[in-house]
Amino acid sequence: MSFFKLSASTVAILAASTVIASARDQIQVTGSSTVLPYATIVAEAFGENFDFPSPVVEGGGSGAGRKKLCEGVGENTVDIANSSSRISQSDLDLCAANGVAEVMEVRIGYDGIVFASDVGGADFAFSPADIYSALGAKVAKDGALTDNTAATWADVNPALPAQDILALVPGTKHGTREVFDVKVIEAGCKATGALDLFLATAEGADDKEKEKNAKGMCHELRTDGKSVDIDGDYTETLARLDADKKAVGVFGLSFYQNNTDKLKVAPIDGIVPSVETIASGDYPVSRPLYFYVKKAHLGVIPGLKEYIEFFVSDEMAGPEGPLAEYGLVSDPELAKTQAEVAAETPMGPLE
Amino acid sequence: MTAAKSADPVPSIYTTSPAMQRRNAAETRFRLYGLVAIALSLSLLAVMLVTIFRDGTSSFFQARLSYTVELTEKVLDPKGNRNRDEMTKVTTVGYGKVLSAGLMATLEARNIDLGGLKPKEVAELISKDAAGGLRAKVLADPALVGSTIEVSVFAAGRVDGFLKGRVTMESAKLDSNISPEQLELADRMRTAGILSSGWNWDFFTNPDASDQRPEAAGLGVALIGSLYLMILVALMCVPVGVAASIYLEEFAPKNTLTDAIEVNVSNLAAVPSIVYGILGLSIFINVFGLPQSSSLVGALVISLMTLPTIIIATRAAIRAVPPSIRDAALGVGASKMQTVFHHVLPLAMPGILTGTILGLAAGLGQSAPLLLIGMVAFVDNHPAPPLDGFLDPATALPVQIYTWVTRSDPAFVERSNGAIIVLLAFLVVMNLLAILARRKFERRW
Repeated sequence: MSFFKLSASTVAILAASTVIASARDQIQVTGSSTVLPYATIVAEAFGENFDFPSPVVEGGGSGAGRKKLCEGVGENTVDIANSSSRISQSDLDLCAANGVAEVMEVRIGYDGIVFASDVGGADFAFSPADIYSALGAKVAKDGALTDNTAATWADVNPALPAQDILALVPGTKHGTREVFDVKVIEAGCKATGALDLFLATAEGADDKEKEKNAKGMCHELRTDGKSVDIDGDYTETLARLDADKKAVGVFGLSFYQNNTDKLKVAPIDGIVPSVETIASGDYPVSRPLYFYVKKAHLGVIPGLKEYIEFFVSDEMAGPEGPLAEYGLVSDPELAKTQAEVAAETPMGPLE
Repeated sequence: MTAAKSADPVPSIYTTSPAMQRRNAAETRFRLYGLVAIALSLSLLAVMLVTIFRDGTSSFFQARLSYTVELTEKVLDPKGNRNRDEMTKVTTVGYGKVLSAGLMATLEARNIDLGGLKPKEVAELISKDAAGGLRAKVLADPALVGSTIEVSVFAAGRVDGFLKGRVTMESAKLDSNISPEQLELADRMRTAGILSSGWNWDFFTNPDASDQRPEAAGLGVALIGSLYLMILVALMCVPVGVAASIYLEEFAPKNTLTDAIEVNVSNLAAVPSIVYGILGLSIFINVFGLPQSSSLVGALVISLMTLPTIIIATRAAIRAVPPSIRDAALGVGASKMQTVFHHVLPLAMPGILTGTILGLAAGLGQSAPLLLIGMVAFVDNHPAPPLDGFLDPATALPVQIYTWVTRSDPAFVERSNGAIIVLLAFLVVMNLLAILARRKFERRW
């Protein structure tokens, strides 16, 4: 009998404390693992400088984060989703279906994607065309598409070292892969003339669909082991590169900047990636980083407004701030973002 | 001699026949395989332990800078009225300036050559974490403003790496976060006694830190989180698991239903842990509305996982009690319940305790089910004491190891190895407890 009483009272206490604690007092953030280090830097500084507890920041991926944001409104749903790619219409539809009427879009800055090799190895300087000719499944040769047989980088471009091709590229579940596909592979596909050849064979109801399919064909990478998908994060790429010093890996700029003693970066089209060249737009492979805020939670979750204002403040996201120091390329239009955040402007429909 | 004997029609048992030789050889080979297998697994374990201890022990030591700082009123309390609310307007940037000015003044007073470094570069030797700590200290006691105090703050992660041999002059040349000149200054500061390395309690008490300050990252939140998880799992699993086992073993009729239950309990023990995480997210968080990232939800999920293990171990322990004991108890007139609680349960206790502790230890090492309920996260605030603390966001030791390994700064690799050592220590202690419990309660008959 006493055992029964004990368990009954345990359940009662747990239930009671759930009710007491139902007012959540810390911000919940989830989403992109690329934005995660920036968000933790801000969260930590926020906890130090404000009388609010530090937000709880989770990683897990941009897409998963946006889905979680759109799950609904309420204290057991997240407040902010970090994202390394822009929100999609299907996410917005999901949001609308679940009663998340207004979402604020905040662009925090830009992130560069760099090609780097072992610090003791040969020097590389790529153009997107080199990368495509080395890694594309089919390449243009004498006006026709053939299977890619290039074995060394010198086969692709005589100016490159005669070293076996081995590229470590982010796996398809990464936001980084999308940028790699669009900004490098597609550009290279176009520059080598392969895109036109794909277009000639592409099927589709109209030109637009044909172009989409042709671009899809560009994204096919060779499967003979020269291009390796890395599904883990950059630490895994670095470990693989350490094991095989002849490899070339794809990294985020901030990761490279924290490991300059192990990695050597390759310029793209002659431009060395840096915070400056990305901010000026000279370095071609970069992308904006965002976070999305559930507007209904502003004023309900304590400190939420203060946190997002603090995130985009000059002190944090400005060119001299800790985020830039860590590798974020600060947004030239930061002042506009700050004004939008202050006015709590929800995002309009996607163009 | 042997040649002569082999001609005998009846072979002696002293000579080995070819068949005997083959059997003997087979046995020798089998023993050898066994030895090789044991040697292989032991050497793999040794390699693992050696690497972890080699790479992780250093995380228990940390470089610190000790010097005097003048808490300038002009910066920290511009209005000069020591009003806490007004002083909160001064951010950690202001406190960082005070700290670096203090370091510059100390270096000047001790006649330490800066080696041509700019004040900003000297300030980079101080951890970014230091300003936050000083701010909290001053805001807690505003009267400190204007005085000169002794501070002991973390040195930057790269400086710490230099003292530990991870960062060298060669690597610093290529490193964008530190320069050889800064390391030379650090060396002079070490000679002067300003910079020194010592035992790092903060590794056990500090919360996690962001990528920019690996030196300040600690296991505080993860340790509390793991402790809360274990307490809650034990509270939920032991009564339920033991009660279920006693009923199934001693009272339940043997029929198709109990057979089905038995099969299902064994099956549940084999379900991949991530599945329980999905269940936790959809039931405990989405339906019951329990707070995300909290130890309570984590414990519920791990309980579901541990329960089958505990039930199986407990039932085995109860079954191992000889039936003669039950018969004797029933024979002298004890009721069924008296038999169970007075005789069977005490004798089954060592087995139950061992099974429970080992089940808990397995739960302690879980990270996959916590992934989906939001415990794999950056949590900067220590959970409150129970009971409210059970609902506060927390992480757990295996989660902390995982998050540190994925960070870009190499200093976090050292810390994740350190965290593995702490986790291993926890597991060893729990296994020891299991052995001790067994020794203490074991009864032979």
